[in-house]
Amino acid sequence: MPGFDVIVVGGGHAGCEAALAAARMGCSTLLLTLSLEKIALMPCNPAIGGVGKGQLTREIDALGGEQGRNTDRSFIQMKMLNTGKGPAVQALRAQADKKLYEDNMKRALVREPNLQILEGTVAALNVSRETIEGLTLTDGSFIPARSVVLACGTFMRGKIVVGDQIFPAGRMGEPPAIELSASLTHEGLELSRFQSATPPRIDARSINPDRMKVEPGDLDPELFSISSKPDNRRQIPCYLTNTTARTHEVVRNHLHLSPIKTGSVSSKGPRYCPSIDRKVINFPDRDRHPIFVEPEGRDTTEMYLQGLTTSLPVWVQEKVIRTVPGLENSRLMRPGYAVEYDYVIPDQLTLSLETKALKRLFLAGQINGTSGYEEAAAQGLVAGINAALGVQGHEPMILRRDEAYIGVLIDDLVTKGVDEPYRMFTSRAEYRLLLRHDNAHSRLAETGNRLGLVSDATLAEVFSHRQRIHALLATLKNTRLQPSERLNGALKSRGSATIREDQAAWQLLKRPELHLEDLKPFIAILSNQADGTIKNAEIELKYSGYIARQQEEIDRCASLEDTPIPPDFSFFDLEGITIEAREKLSRIRPSSLGQASRIAGVSPADISVLSIFLRAFR
Amino acid sequence: MGEAPTIAAISTSLGAGAIGIVRLSGAAAISICDKVFRGKLPLAEAGSHTIHLGTIFDTTSGEIVDEVLVSVMRAPATYTREDIVEVNCHGNAVAQQKVLSLFLDHGAQLATPGEFTRRAFLNGRIDLAQAESVARIVSAKTEAGLKMAVSQLEGVLSREIASIRSSILRVLATFEAGIDFSDEDVDEIDASDAGKQLRQLRDRIDELIETALTGRVLSEGVLTAIVGKPNVGKSSLLNSLVMRERAIVTEIPGTTRDTIEEIISVGGIPLKLTDTAGLRPANDEVEKLGVERSRQAIREADLILCLFDGSQREDDHDRALMTSVPADRTIYVINKCDLFRGRPPVFNQGLLPSRPVVISAMTRQGLRILKEKVADKVLGRSFPSPQSPVVTQERHRRLLADASEAIGRAEQGLRVRLGEELIAEELRLALNSLGEITGETFMEDLLDVIFQEFCIGK
Ligand SMILES: Cc1cc2nc3c(=O)[nH]c(=O)nc-3n(C[C@H](O)[C@H](O)[C@H](O)COP(=O)(O)OP(=O)(O)OC[C@H]3O[C@@H](n4cnc5c(N)ncnc54)[C@H](O)[C@@H]3O)c2cc1C
Ligand SMILES: Nc1nc2c(ncn2[C@@H]2O[C@H](COP(=O)(O)OP(=O)(O)O)[C@@H](O)[C@H]2O)c(=O)[nH]1
Repeated sequence: MPGFDVIVVGGGHAGCEAALAAARMGCSTLLLTLSLEKIALMPCNPAIGGVGKGQLTREIDALGGEQGRNTDRSFIQMKMLNTGKGPAVQALRAQADKKLYEDNMKRALVREPNLQILEGTVAALNVSRETIEGLTLTDGSFIPARSVVLACGTFMRGKIVVGDQIFPAGRMGEPPAIELSASLTHEGLELSRFQSATPPRIDARSINPDRMKVEPGDLDPELFSISSKPDNRRQIPCYLTNTTARTHEVVRNHLHLSPIKTGSVSSKGPRYCPSIDRKVINFPDRDRHPIFVEPEGRDTTEMYLQGLTTSLPVWVQEKVIRTVPGLENSRLMRPGYAVEYDYVIPDQLTLSLETKALKRLFLAGQINGTSGYEEAAAQGLVAGINAALGVQGHEPMILRRDEAYIGVLIDDLVTKGVDEPYRMFTSRAEYRLLLRHDNAHSRLAETGNRLGLVSDATLAEVFSHRQRIHALLATLKNTRLQPSERLNGALKSRGSATIREDQAAWQLLKRPELHLEDLKPFIAILSNQADGTIKNAEIELKYSGYIARQQEEIDRCASLEDTPIPPDFSFFDLEGITIEAREKLSRIRPSSLGQASRIAGVSPADISVLSIFLRAFR
Repeated sequence: MGEAPTIAAISTSLGAGAIGIVRLSGAAAISICDKVFRGKLPLAEAGSHTIHLGTIFDTTSGEIVDEVLVSVMRAPATYTREDIVEVNCHGNAVAQQKVLSLFLDHGAQLATPGEFTRRAFLNGRIDLAQAESVARIVSAKTEAGLKMAVSQLEGVLSREIASIRSSILRVLATFEAGIDFSDEDVDEIDASDAGKQLRQLRDRIDELIETALTGRVLSEGVLTAIVGKPNVGKSSLLNSLVMRERAIVTEIPGTTRDTIEEIISVGGIPLKLTDTAGLRPANDEVEKLGVERSRQAIREADLILCLFDGSQREDDHDRALMTSVPADRTIYVINKCDLFRGRPPVFNQGLLPSRPVVISAMTRQGLRILKEKVADKVLGRSFPSPQSPVVTQERHRRLLADASEAIGRAEQGLRVRLGEELIAEELRLALNSLGEITGETFMEDLLDVIFQEFCIGK
């Protein structure tokens, strides 16, 4: 085989984004994966987005990635979450048609002229002078590469557990990748193990919807991608039911068969995704837990049982399911299972997702100790971009924590490491009010455009949208409202205090109970604005005080963030700081004082000493 | 990095009557001292942590300056992790000064205040919180202040703040769980309950803020202003409290124009005394300046001694003064009781908001009672036990105030039904401010609390 600029290993969510980005940036790219039938497969719930994750998907779209677009093409239900809460924490969640999602992603891949796709299994890295040179497959063939992105998901030394059944596998029905781990260890990378699990699937024809609550999607749903057109396709509902005391009793009676008790799964799993076994143990006082019954596609009857994750033996799983209202007669289609796998401890990466040990080797996705399609895709995109930039001799793209959830994600991974599979939460973002679903494009489209991943037309659209918002805000700042019976009537109907003297519209709108929509009859300019403009202007307006404060905080930290630490700086000579901090700093080798300040075990005192020495070093 | 210069200073003595110590720290500490020290053997040959008797002599005149005890401590087992030499002088302050200047002549540099501690810190001997506390100890002027600095070193304040933080964190977790896990079975927030909890937390923080006054008072002194119209005896009172002729006493009204600061100790509490020009309509520029200053002194003072001449009938100036001082911080004093018996004959003390102390600055009659009253007023009920947290640093007080305000805004937000993410934002601010005092960051703790308290997970 001839060589490639970039080889991406893994056709999962990380790998697809990486391969598309590198190819679109002009690199000759190869996507290598175990099976061409399983591209962008969703082994767990076929849902994209949600609170925190949805913001990631929007950002991927803003940077020119594929996940948002592909979800818009493939959804069977779309819903805005947290609509009862503020806009900074609202996010889209889609239920995708699992098969359609795979097909659409595959279509996007094969349309890319610079991208080749090859079925095969990578066995080892080829390395010379601490730089990646290519890959060796299990059949012994060697493919040269100037840069490599590894996105192997849960496959490295993967092991599946269902009750007392334990066997090597990457996912159900797929072989694991055995050799690669040893090669990574050989090159000096430190691995560890995590586990993840998925609930059973049941047959839609066997459920009783009358005993459950229907959970429909949104009418006129919003979409992830700026390039998608409004879409009113028929949506498929989910159902909400719950476990009962009887469910918990059955689980409790069979706990001795649970991998938790038998010890067949020993590594750490995500706390935010506990199995029903774990819930029964940890929350003995609760007599019910919610269960969402979710469709997996239009052409299949599989339904996913969100909330019933378990790897109890299959016969127990069936018993457990039948205690749930609406599922009394349900038939199991696929059992739930747990998978245990190797991941690379992510503090061995730089903020560009390149390994510190090997030049031009990038890691992305679950291999870095994360979980979730959105987290994987976000990393894949960044790794693909940086692999391409590296090959082309450019500086890497690094997103800051105040710029994007993607920046938070990667900084967290690299700086703090992980002690459970990492999932995004909005609470991880200290600048949450700035990093919103609604302004993702405004934050990132320029970067995407500079990389060649976002078209000029799209960027122009983003700019003009932003301009309209700013113009509207400027007008509102100068608009005063006269007290009138009509206005006071409108205020009253919103439960808001009436006014006696004329008031700045801006001031009035600061009241939480009032919305721009309410003032439409009183402010002329509002009548000819697009809904999107009004909505976004309102967000900016309501948050303006808080945003200003966050901006101040960002500026205050800027001096730390902007103080680089030279790559060859020796932390071991720093007499003034604790041994623990020295060890942490030496391992993580932060690239700025700001990054150093976020390392656990490095105190503000350590940072002030470090800053003194850095000044001396210069 | 060049080698740090060797530094020298007369070290602040902690207790009255302690022997003055001149201290050297740095690579050249031993060789510098050797140049002016004559003992049994050169210090260069002395082992670490040994004490040597000898003399310090003036290298130019050859005269003996003082008989001294010299301790040699070699790096790294020293306070600064550098070589340290300490010269215990026998004699007076003049001798100490002389020894110091000899060291400076022979290549040492004068240490800036706190530099020994800074080096200890930079060389990894102590951490920042310890350094701050040591700085307190060094500058603490009285025993009460010292004890407090020590107990802070042991973290009483940190513990209280940590406990407040974890309570805030629990409230925040309910909001965050509702935000990040909205589609799960997380209970609705009870706004009135959350409000109540926040109010309690704010009270706890405010209590800490209130101790800041005591803390500063104990470590820096109670800022005390003596006010009164000219010639009531302000300078005389200052002098008799200080027991030294310090302020110039004159018969001409208005000559004590400058404020003069003196520190005296009353029952272990340092009073930083200011004697000010009398409050009187100004009739020349200098006087005007003085009057403005005394107004300012009243505004800033922790304690005001408001003085009247008991031998005379009160006049408009006295009456103006009575109403212009804040009663809660003021002790009213009637002077010159040597000129009358019992109650002042013509001065109407019924005009004063509280019972005055009657004294004679000249004969010192009543001074003891005045001092007791001072101690009472300043510390009285609020004197902290060594176990209770006290805020001694302005930086900490400001951060606590920030936290308190943020929580106040969160409470307010709950009342007007502000978005949960905005209330969470205020609570995060509060946590950050408190974290800046104790050096904790909250992200990881927050997730821990969420997963402990809520059944999250699908
Ligand atoms: C059982 C299970 C339960 C899960 N539960 C959850 C959950 O509850 N919540 C959640 O958020 N996420 C869950 N996930 C995780 C989610 O599926 C992943 O985080 C996401 O798919 C990771 O994407 P990825 O691109 O990193 O890896 P994957 O999507 O796993 O893709 C890896 C790809 O690499 C290929 N590959 C691997 N090794 C080699 C090799 N040596 N040579 C060539 N190709 C190779 C594979 O063929 C595959 O295409 C679960 C996953 C599984 C398997
Ligand atoms: N008899 C008597 N004279 C006093 C007393 N205190 C002060 N004086 C006198 O009052 C005059 C003014 O005192 P001074 O302290 O300068 O007053 P000031 O202007 O308030 O500072 C001086 O002559 C003092 O000697 C006192 O207690 N008794």
